[in-house]
Amino acid sequence: MIGLDAVGIAAATLPGAVAVHHAFDRSEATRWRNAGFWAIFATLLGAGPWLPDLLNGCLVLAMVGLATWGLRPAPVASSDDAARAGSAGRIGNRLFVPALALPVLTLAGTLLIPDGRIAGMSLIDPKQVTLVAMVAGAFVALLLAMRLTRPPRSAPVGEARRLVDAIGWAMVLPQMLAALGGVFAMAGVGKVVADGVVNVVALDTPLAATIAYCVGMALFTIVMGNAFAAFPIMTAGIGLPIVIRQFGGDPAVVAALGMLSGFCGTLMTPMAANFNIVPAVVLELRDRFGVIRVQWPTAILLLAFNIAVLALCAFPKG
Amino acid sequence: MLVLSGIAIIVIGFLVGVNPLLVVTVAALASAAAAGHGPVEVVALIGKAFVEGRFLAVVWLALPMVGLLERAGLRERARGIVQGLRRATTGRVLLGYLVLRQITAALGLTSLGGHVPMVRPIVAPMAEGAEARDERDSLDRETRDHIRAHAAAVDNIGLFFGEDVFIAIGSILLIRAILEQEGIVVAPLSVAVWAIPTAIAAFVIHGTRLMLLDRRLKARRA
Repeated sequence: MIGLDAVGIAAATLPGAVAVHHAFDRSEATRWRNAGFWAIFATLLGAGPWLPDLLNGCLVLAMVGLATWGLRPAPVASSDDAARAGSAGRIGNRLFVPALALPVLTLAGTLLIPDGRIAGMSLIDPKQVTLVAMVAGAFVALLLAMRLTRPPRSAPVGEARRLVDAIGWAMVLPQMLAALGGVFAMAGVGKVVADGVVNVVALDTPLAATIAYCVGMALFTIVMGNAFAAFPIMTAGIGLPIVIRQFGGDPAVVAALGMLSGFCGTLMTPMAANFNIVPAVVLELRDRFGVIRVQWPTAILLLAFNIAVLALCAFPKG
Repeated sequence: MLVLSGIAIIVIGFLVGVNPLLVVTVAALASAAAAGHGPVEVVALIGKAFVEGRFLAVVWLALPMVGLLERAGLRERARGIVQGLRRATTGRVLLGYLVLRQITAALGLTSLGGHVPMVRPIVAPMAEGAEARDERDSLDRETRDHIRAHAAAVDNIGLFFGEDVFIAIGSILLIRAILEQEGIVVAPLSVAVWAIPTAIAAFVIHGTRLMLLDRRLKARRA
């Protein structure tokens, strides 16, 4: 059955190909460092599930070591402005077809094969249908792009390396932060934060409890980078015992706005790397916090809005 | 309290500008040590969690396709389309994407978007093109970065405050599971309904900010 392991192997092809491309680039001073970094990443993605945890951990540390030492990739030759303008004029709006094919195919796969059965055979792990569809969509979109643009044979890997090098260590960061989340959970960081919120404010009115719950959700999400990690702990610590049980808040309203308050936190934290740090790198911003800087005013206003809705709508009248 | 040392390390490390991978690794080791776990145990845990998160790497598979299309002038084309629209401004282009992202996410179509497949190759060039109407690269780097940051932000805000309106999304499943452990059963729809006011507020608040962005860009041009 096609599941997470197969998805990992497919994902490993990209850093694997980039590692080989670096290894053959004799012009590059740091080629073995670069090749090593991407080869380790590919190994972890593709072979990780079959290796001992400790070995995987050591590979992660080696990867961090290489990144800290400095990857400093050499630039890859791409097309120049004139060539791009010429081909944009020639191919026209068909250029959007492969780009849009990826999301459309991902969606089609998710909707058409919801239980992972194709022609009655259960081929795909039902929990991973979207990921499998995304992998298939990416390969189909790449083939479409190759047919449409007719690039030289070396271009697909060369262009991939150009973008991968531009993104660099940030490609690995979301997974590192997820690992850190696991360590924080093991170390009980969550409980310390939840207790802190409870101890700092007097929760003697519905409004105070509401503020503590929503602000706590945002704060905890800022720390963990993930509203899903914050929700169970904050809800068990404040939401359920105080907002719902003590003051009679409607559970559906409390939980919905608590989660949305967590999302406000997600907009303000570098710990949510794949939403805030990775795009800053993907878009080649000089300021790593550039995305957070434009998001925080919206996040703060929405948090205040959530608190108001929760305080006004969740509690029995009179 | 010592377990919070990891958070302190993260904050300081990110602010000082040390390589984030190193910061995260040191923070993990410090937090685990404070909680009384040995280095071998922590390294194994990091390895296990890193491998478990390998699905996060799937999004990068779009890169070869995006690279090829960029090579063939996708960004220039996206720019050109917007420059052909007389009334297009940066704020309006981004507002359009915000509407699209929120509505599709609310219908459960969360994968129609994203920073790698949509924002870098299409949305950001359009937003930049609306500002840099005449000469090709007339945007100074600060303005360009600011517009790009807004393009990334619109994707996030549209996604976060659209998707919770859809009843089958992960966060609603998590909410139901957590409440059910406590013997409270809620219907998915009754949770999703309460995401609608915030979805509207997100649109109004962020939409207003995008219109203000237009005004600021105009003032900067003058």
